[in-house]
Amino acid sequence: MSRLIVNRRKFLVGSVALGSSLAMSGCSQFDFLGQRGNPVRQALEQANVLTYRAQRALIGDQVLAREYAESEIRQGQRPNGSTDPTTAEYLFLKQANFEPYRLTIKGMVDREISFSLAELRNMPARTQITRHDCVEGWSCIAKWTGTPLGPVLDQAGVKPAARYCVYHCYDNIQRGLSGDILYYTSSDLVDAYHPQTILSYGLNDAVLPVSNGAPVRLRIERALGYKQPKYLHTIELVDDLSPFGGGKGGYWEDNGYDWYGGI
Amino acid sequence: MTEDEGLPPAKGPLIYRQSIWTRLTHWVWAICLFFLLLSGLQIFNAHPTLYIGKQSGFEFDNSVLSIGAVNTPDGPRGQTTVFGQTFDTTGVLGMSGPAANPSFVGFPGAVTIPSFRDLATGRVVHFFFGWIFVAALFIWFLASFINGHLRRDILPKGRDFTGLPRDALDHARLRLHHGRTYSPLQKLSYFAVFFVLFPLIILTGLTMSPGMDAAWPWLLDIFGGRQTARTIHFVVMVLLVLFFVVHIIMVLLAGPLNELRSMITGWYRTSPGTPSEQGDKP
Repeated sequence: MSRLIVNRRKFLVGSVALGSSLAMSGCSQFDFLGQRGNPVRQALEQANVLTYRAQRALIGDQVLAREYAESEIRQGQRPNGSTDPTTAEYLFLKQANFEPYRLTIKGMVDREISFSLAELRNMPARTQITRHDCVEGWSCIAKWTGTPLGPVLDQAGVKPAARYCVYHCYDNIQRGLSGDILYYTSSDLVDAYHPQTILSYGLNDAVLPVSNGAPVRLRIERALGYKQPKYLHTIELVDDLSPFGGGKGGYWEDNGYDWYGGI
Repeated sequence: MTEDEGLPPAKGPLIYRQSIWTRLTHWVWAICLFFLLLSGLQIFNAHPTLYIGKQSGFEFDNSVLSIGAVNTPDGPRGQTTVFGQTFDTTGVLGMSGPAANPSFVGFPGAVTIPSFRDLATGRVVHFFFGWIFVAALFIWFLASFINGHLRRDILPKGRDFTGLPRDALDHARLRLHHGRTYSPLQKLSYFAVFFVLFPLIILTGLTMSPGMDAAWPWLLDIFGGRQTARTIHFVVMVLLVLFFVVHIIMVLLAGPLNELRSMITGWYRTSPGTPSEQGDKP
């Protein structure tokens, strides 16, 4: 019987060969993780559910995101994603200086209601200087002014069975031959009722510009940038996110990003 | 059994050196750190610039590292700027891949998961292995506190500091001792990894979470802002990669089979002359 003898020399040669073949092939052997719906990827995605539950358990519902001093506003708010929507509805509103704009609250509410921009501006306002964190990794500090969403939802009367707010937007984030895909995202009611969650119409002491989401952009300050929907026109209260878009609760979520967006 | 009088035995005793907790967590970390590194570089590529401060300067400059590509009269080149010094890194950083069809990414696809640009998947992989990494660290701390590994092998004591110059000299001359406990340099390295680098990379990672910043606002204060935390996260990654390189070199120098055996079965062959104790094997 012959014995397999591994001496130091053989071991070194073997490990160098193994190591370099791994490095040469790159990491394309893990590219299958990029396939949305792959069962391994779906298993890994459960970590995001854990993150959401852990953060909800750890962070008090009313705990505020940090607010900064005026001196920390050192630049304009960097626009990202859609910066100039081209849907007919939006172009019409834009040329009319958003006079005909209405924000609608519908779905699982006692009464569907809608507000003009002037009505929103006449409601109690909140101004906050906060840090906008993009999922890409950058941050930008700016001053946002708007009316808190919670009292607006209360005017509509949210039904007890409602679990999520779906935020419908005007912007065609993806433009293709088969038609436009409009931006949308969603949040739970904790984020919707958070004291810093405002329907913002002002940015850095000026009217919210088109590139940053005019006329109304929602701020959810304890989440990443893709949870701050621009060009917002309808908030729909639902108990299930699957009927919308790709069923994952938002445009970026349908493209594989985590729904919670708090990390 | 007889032994030649006056001659030490050719081998020291076989000792049970690594508990099941140490071995298990070691390999869990090895897998986690591999995926965390490669998915982390994918995430970095989404915005391959690091800053100091609370925010990213777009209308002012607070960047310390930036990887990108520029157009030159000779065609596009990959460029990396560190503390204002710009280097041509074509082929590695900023621009890589085949000359006919280069990709313009920060780190090349060979060291990212997936190999193509996919921030969403990078995040899925990173957070999954982040959770496992932290869970393994928690288990290791608990087990090592109870079984004495922490006190015996990791926490440096007075004699580790006095023995440090001698140990450094021995390492430099490649006189590696296979003793019952870790040498002073080993203890200090593992202490730095467990008590400095691992906590730092976890906490700076959490500082990048807007949710965690609301829960623990002191994170922003101790690291000097979210963007500084992101930069520290990257620097600690580099230090852990350096640790890994030295770790592998030391395993190869110290006897890879013996070292691997101790991290798989727990049993470790000591240097000749090591006194036997109860529980050892010959």
